[in-house]
Amino acid sequence: MITEWLSPVIGWMSPSWQYFVVHLLLTLVIVLPIVVAVAYLTLAERKVIGYMHVRIGPNRVGPRGMFQPFADVFKLMFKEVITPTVANKFIFYLAPVLILVAALVAWAVIPFDDGWVLADINAGLLYVLAIGAAGVYGVILAGWASNSKYALLGGMRSAAHKVAYELAMGFALVGVLMVAGSLNLSEIVRGQEGSILHWYWLPLLPMFVVYFVSGVAETNRAPFDISEGESEIVAGFHVEYSGIAFALFMLAEYASMILISALTAVMFLGGWLSPFQGTFLEPVFAFVPGIVWFLLKISFLLFVFIWFRATFPRFRYDQIMRLGWKVFIPVTILWIAVEGAFFYFEVGPWF
Amino acid sequence: MTLASLNLQPVLPEIVLAAMACLILLVDPFLPKRGPTVSFVLSILTLIALFVITLVQMDDSVRMSFGDMVVNDPMADLMKLVVYVLVAAVFVISRTYLRQRGIDKGEYYMLGLFGVLGMMITISSNHLLLLYLGLELMSLALYAMTAFKRDDGRASEAAMKYFVLGALASGILLYGMSLLYGVTGNLMLTAIAETVAAGEDSMALKAAVVLIVVGAVFKMGIAPFHMWLPDVYEGAPTAVTLYLAAAPKVAALALVMRLLVDGMGPLFYDWQPMLIVVAMLSMAIGNVVAIAQTSFKRMLTYSTIGHVGFILLGVLAGTNEGYAAALFYTIAYAVMTIGGFGIILLLARQGFEAESMDDLKGLNDRSPVMAFVFLLLMFSMAGIPFTFGFWAKLAVLQSIVGVGLWWLATFAVVTAVIGAFYYLRAVKMVYFDKPEDTSPIQADVNVRGVLILSGASMLIFGLYPTGLTALTAGAFGL
Amino acid sequence: MSLYQILFYVFASVAVLAAIRVVTVKNPVHAALYLVLTFFSTALIWILMEAEFLGIVLLLVYVGAVMVLFLFVVMMLDVNIAPLREGFIRNLPVGVFVALVMIIELALILGPASFGLDIYPSPEPAPADAGNTLAIGQVLYTKFVYPFEIAAFILLVAIVAAIALAHRRRPGVHYQDIDAQVRVRAEDRVRIAELDADKTRRGDVAGDSKANQDKETS
Repeated sequence: MITEWLSPVIGWMSPSWQYFVVHLLLTLVIVLPIVVAVAYLTLAERKVIGYMHVRIGPNRVGPRGMFQPFADVFKLMFKEVITPTVANKFIFYLAPVLILVAALVAWAVIPFDDGWVLADINAGLLYVLAIGAAGVYGVILAGWASNSKYALLGGMRSAAHKVAYELAMGFALVGVLMVAGSLNLSEIVRGQEGSILHWYWLPLLPMFVVYFVSGVAETNRAPFDISEGESEIVAGFHVEYSGIAFALFMLAEYASMILISALTAVMFLGGWLSPFQGTFLEPVFAFVPGIVWFLLKISFLLFVFIWFRATFPRFRYDQIMRLGWKVFIPVTILWIAVEGAFFYFEVGPWF
Repeated sequence: MTLASLNLQPVLPEIVLAAMACLILLVDPFLPKRGPTVSFVLSILTLIALFVITLVQMDDSVRMSFGDMVVNDPMADLMKLVVYVLVAAVFVISRTYLRQRGIDKGEYYMLGLFGVLGMMITISSNHLLLLYLGLELMSLALYAMTAFKRDDGRASEAAMKYFVLGALASGILLYGMSLLYGVTGNLMLTAIAETVAAGEDSMALKAAVVLIVVGAVFKMGIAPFHMWLPDVYEGAPTAVTLYLAAAPKVAALALVMRLLVDGMGPLFYDWQPMLIVVAMLSMAIGNVVAIAQTSFKRMLTYSTIGHVGFILLGVLAGTNEGYAAALFYTIAYAVMTIGGFGIILLLARQGFEAESMDDLKGLNDRSPVMAFVFLLLMFSMAGIPFTFGFWAKLAVLQSIVGVGLWWLATFAVVTAVIGAFYYLRAVKMVYFDKPEDTSPIQADVNVRGVLILSGASMLIFGLYPTGLTALTAGAFGL
Repeated sequence: MSLYQILFYVFASVAVLAAIRVVTVKNPVHAALYLVLTFFSTALIWILMEAEFLGIVLLLVYVGAVMVLFLFVVMMLDVNIAPLREGFIRNLPVGVFVALVMIIELALILGPASFGLDIYPSPEPAPADAGNTLAIGQVLYTKFVYPFEIAAFILLVAIVAAIALAHRRRPGVHYQDIDAQVRVRAEDRVRIAELDADKTRRGDVAGDSKANQDKETS
């Protein structure tokens, strides 16, 4: 459709190049809002945590602090980027880019509404997993290339706990794959059609919890932020970064928060589907486009992220390892077996 | 295909073994810490059960299952039976040795059983993938067992060497297999043989043959790819050496038989010359270098290299008589080898490894019965007439003479005569030298029992070889 | 040249160059990273060849897990490479000779003469909606179920071996029993003592605090 619309401008190109240009534009359409969302997510976080602490939060820049994110961004952009003399320069600057890339490219397969997806690929779920796996490198490399003991410790912790939680996440996705019978994210959402009880959060309740908590761990968010651990190792893997390089880490962290929320929404909370499906309210809310429901779900999950941060104290390293290896992985494996039984007995509307 | 339509019966022994190994794995940690007696007993019972199952299932037909991936022919059945007996004997004989060295743990038996599973899969596979997986399952268990005495530098070094070179060999083998697959478009060995027989002939196929021969020969430890063998056998705890030296050789013979004979039989004239070269080298190096050894364990290792060269003679004859002779030789070798390394276990005690040749001196004064067992074993290894080893050598030599390789047979006899020298030297030490250590032998009934059985079988099969000959011949439809 | 071919040559040359760098760079961490790059390019080539499942799994397993652990170990090690390089010059001629012989032989064997398009024509491209995840799953659990299970046993043996060789019970080390910690209830730790404000009843108060001390020391 967009190709036809743009045909006066790019019509002279060969079809494969037209495809390339159109998708480049679509990529921008996805990435720019994410960047803006990240900016306001930081503000939302400070506000929400502020109110949870019974204080106001940023309120100086703009009306009720609305322009605070821009102030932060400009501050970071104009600060000097300091390269430690003993750092491995190439990897030092490669690391934040890697993290950011991993946080952004996974959006290619996220369906925002029925048919609103950049790449409607069959192996979408696997793709998301693989990209998540590649994202570990940014943190590890940042920790190593800084050539600082705190950074290295942060990188090490991160490597260890990401591998553990990735396994749990992978198993949780296997659960989703079993119910949906497809790796395509749009198909997964369509499989949840019906009502709020048809969404996969119900049959996969343990998987849902494991996935979301592992997602919190994967994004290095509190209470799993031992790789930053400012009380012990200053700021962990990004202790040596400043200015825009540091801003990239922040950008990546918040972008991956949004990503994890989006994935959770797609896989367990019915993606773009209305929560009133199958009830008398369905026609009342029929005018609301799917993307709004999707964004609402993402916002709710992001709120939970922030809520976690305001509520829980940081886990210790061994506690994180225990939770990952001894609780989450066994729970997910067990639930896969339970799902097998559900399948056999065709429990509920899901199987 | 559904699960119900799968015929699981042909792989019943494998399934039983896998289930039992997992059961032992689960039971072992919950047992009292004094020693894995329960695991040991369960392992032995498992092997006995497998023996019975395989014996019941055995018949003269070739049974294919899992879409022709698994083949149970008489050769496979016989080899499996031999493997069970050998491994059970190794488990029984090594118990005391392991306990004295603080490594008598359930994992030893578990890994041993998983190794058996790998051997069984290798033995009855008709599929490159299955063959490779079986081989790796076996090898992985063997690597771990080699390093089992993990605080011992020598054992760790041995395991490291074994692992690195074993991985290299696997790599070469896999490369050969992938070329074979690339050329023939099939992983099924019988189908590969059909394609090759239909006239498929290219440089790539020849390269595949070379790589597969090198890989298989590497895994068997045949000269010139034998360098790892002495270090590994010497460095590993003797109980593990026993395991390594006996049953896996049967699986290795199966590997060669499946790959070269079943899969690339039509390429006989491509691989036969290669096998002739490596067999000659192996017999020569094994028997000559063994003379120079001062360590009895190392001497036996070189003797292994020599014996494996002889086994290959049977394979390269390319006739069913030859294959039967190779199988016969392998069985004889495995039994002799358990006896040979068993002598080291006999002389060893807490904190003392009897690995030097000098430790053998005057065994006759210390225990005449064991000295006689030793004499029988050495005579058999040397191939002195009317012992088990003699008939094995004779059968192999007959088979290559049968295909007109007179000169090769002559060469083999010469190396065997050279080999006889150091076997007889060891016998001389036992009977005519004064013991350096006159303390009585402490070994318990397990060790003595297995050794006496091993020695007795040298005599029994030496005097009445016909039964086993008929069995091995029957395995190849003769 | 079509886009497909351009992509293929880009990925293939990156893979080969990175593979060469794996063995030539001095720093082991860099070597590990080049290996990651090699895996990555190989995965992309596989995806180009319509083997998207294999490509993504390569990324997931090797890039995502195996190499992370590799890096983890390599970063911890302070590998002194000087001793590793001893004898490099001495062995170089032999090594180069053997490598050249092998390269030439393999080139002769694996060249277009044996595996060219005229001998093995390229297969029909799969339709756009074909996914090989399902196809692989179907044969893996039916036709190849036996090898598949055996592969699982290989992994099991690897776990048993690793634990048997690496796990040791050190006596005298205190571990936290987190399960016990989690199970703890307030009643186990805190006792609410009813204290009388009346100072004349000292004896009772002293008795309480003593009891509390006992509790703490136990």
